[in-house]
Amino acid sequence: MTTGLLGIFVTYGLTLLLALPLGRFLANVFQGHQNALDFLAPLERGLFRLAGLDEKREMTWQQHLLALLTINLVWFVFAMVVLCTQGSLPLNPDGNPSMSPDLAFNTNISFLVNCNLQHYSGESGLSYLSQIVVITFLQFVTAATGIAAAVVVLNALQTRTTDKLGNFYNYFVKSLTRLLLPLSLVIALILAFNGAPMTLHGKQQLVTVQGDSVAVARGPVAAMVAIKELGTNGGGFFGANSAHPLENPNFATNVTENVALALIPLALVFALGFYLKRQKLAYMIFGVMTVGFLALLAPTVYYEMHGNPAISQMGVNQALGALEGKEIRFGAAASAYWSITNTVISCGSINSMHDSFMPLSGLCQLLGMMTNAFYGGCGVGLLNFFAYLIIAVFIAGLMVGRTPEFLGKKIEAREMKIAVIVTLLHPLLILAGTALTAHLFAGSPTEYAGWLANPGYHGFSEMLYEFTSASANNGSGFEGLGDNTPWWNISTGVVMLLSRFLPIIGPVAIAGLLARKKVVPEGAGTLPADTATFGVMVLAVIVIIAALAFFPALALGPLAEHFSLY
Amino acid sequence: MRLTLALLVLCCVIYPAIVWAAAQLAPGHGEGEQIVQNGRLVGFANVGQQFDKPQYFNSRPSAAGYKADASAGSNKGPSNPDYLREVQGRLDTFLVKNPGVRRADVPAELLTASGSGLDPDLSPQGALVQVARVARVRALPPAQVQALVQQHTETSLLGPDHVNVLKLNVALDALAGTR
Repeated sequence: MTTGLLGIFVTYGLTLLLALPLGRFLANVFQGHQNALDFLAPLERGLFRLAGLDEKREMTWQQHLLALLTINLVWFVFAMVVLCTQGSLPLNPDGNPSMSPDLAFNTNISFLVNCNLQHYSGESGLSYLSQIVVITFLQFVTAATGIAAAVVVLNALQTRTTDKLGNFYNYFVKSLTRLLLPLSLVIALILAFNGAPMTLHGKQQLVTVQGDSVAVARGPVAAMVAIKELGTNGGGFFGANSAHPLENPNFATNVTENVALALIPLALVFALGFYLKRQKLAYMIFGVMTVGFLALLAPTVYYEMHGNPAISQMGVNQALGALEGKEIRFGAAASAYWSITNTVISCGSINSMHDSFMPLSGLCQLLGMMTNAFYGGCGVGLLNFFAYLIIAVFIAGLMVGRTPEFLGKKIEAREMKIAVIVTLLHPLLILAGTALTAHLFAGSPTEYAGWLANPGYHGFSEMLYEFTSASANNGSGFEGLGDNTPWWNISTGVVMLLSRFLPIIGPVAIAGLLARKKVVPEGAGTLPADTATFGVMVLAVIVIIAALAFFPALALGPLAEHFSLY
Repeated sequence: MRLTLALLVLCCVIYPAIVWAAAQLAPGHGEGEQIVQNGRLVGFANVGQQFDKPQYFNSRPSAAGYKADASAGSNKGPSNPDYLREVQGRLDTFLVKNPGVRRADVPAELLTASGSGLDPDLSPQGALVQVARVARVRALPPAQVQALVQQHTETSLLGPDHVNVLKLNVALDALAGTR
């Protein structure tokens, strides 16, 4: 019991301890100040020369977005071709087939938008070539895209008037060479030395001790899992993701992976403080995020460590907690911690099956994705939080009867409209998607019987979870859902696409508009944004917008199930 | 476009190649730790396998049937009535196969499926509760079998204690063979 909690404290402490210096380092990198990895500059210059790009050309916010969208389109076309033809391409020792077009569309979008929802199983659905040049590649570049967009916003928030916001390719390439590649290398080595495979050989046929014939799937796992966590991607090599003993062999790798996925989102919050020289603001943001995180973590750990009451009634020993869908080497506490870090941060990798968690734990996982800004994904978590900040500034401004200002810039109707559209898009996509699907299911339950693995309230939760995960670009699932059908592939594909790019475009546009405005000097009437009072205000805005919008849906699913079980 | 090509080389050729080369130095040479019995490859230490015969320590139930190329959890919800009946059934079977064991001594992991369907471990209690049966079927002194379990209990600094079922059963076969 106590070792379980100790494991949680150590993991979180380690994350914080690494995130603070990393934040300072990132601020230096993106401001072009001297830093420890300057010896990589020739490599970066070589890349820019090969690509024919001038990394010193300053861009406006529109040019940034154009560059971002264009390069994403190139990746989309490339990945589509590989996935649809992988069966006949090299590096396919197990002879896995090419994907159907709707599955390839879903998979491609899913990895392109850093969501990593998986409607296939890695062992049988992908060749090693696809694992490397599509999956691993997109996991690197989409994380770098998110970070680059966040840096554009930081650059725009400095107290000056300009429309020159740095070079997108510069931020993007440096995210890769200075951050993602070096750290991935370290993590991949830790994994490989703890027993994660890194091989191009196909499945190993063998006869077990007891005499059964099995084929053990392997592959270039270590390299892929490292960036899967670090880039908050979450799409696993194997179907069972990080619950699979080759993807996450022991408790030490579990801690490593769990630290890796939370590292960059936390570091970026601290980087904001160093970058803008407003560390109090960074601590306020960190404080709000942490309060939200702990509020979701505590009940989940409690319910998982106390086990399933329906199984306790059978009179068996549940001292180790609820173990359906969990692995013995991690235990209930570490699995609960993992599930919440992976839902508040839009990573979405799993080390246990969320479908089998207690109802209120499922509720906390859903809420983590519904708010989507308590730490949040690589870069995009900060962008989502920024949208909430703008709304909070506006409401607070109205309450005290002043023109709303943020960091010396006036917030006006245009910025507000964008912020509101971005924050309301999320509930709209989730609730409309779930409603439509529930309507289809209710219309002919026999035709769609393959969709749901569980009856009643829990079945509804499965559908709600899938759309929440897609819209939050999270990618985990209540995996009992039979989701490799054209309806699910296409509907969640569209949701993922909208919910990735609009929440990037919106905040970048707001920041770009703000950057062009005149600086208003701070006076007695200015509402300071870096106080605890304002922090409470932001938290209230998040709770009202995100949580209350979803309350009716949550009442129908996890809440109803909870009261039927306890 | 050209940037994409350059990055493909960096992220998909150079980076995996470095990891691959370094993994050759790791135990198992990047192939996973292999377990050999009587000169024959019988499994990987990290990949759980099916043990349901009475003379072996049984592994946990698996939604994947321990097919090591199709990992999966059961994804059963906690209130699903079919699922709860299944758990009750597993409990009844276990009590029949292990006469003399009290309900309160049966740990829930022996009745619930793991997340991957390939869980290689049991908790110490999950193995100890099977000692009496294994000793009886193999005609070994229970104290000796119990000592074997304790020998194979792995502790980690922060994580839960656990017993690798495959290593335990291979050692059990060796013990029975020497008598």
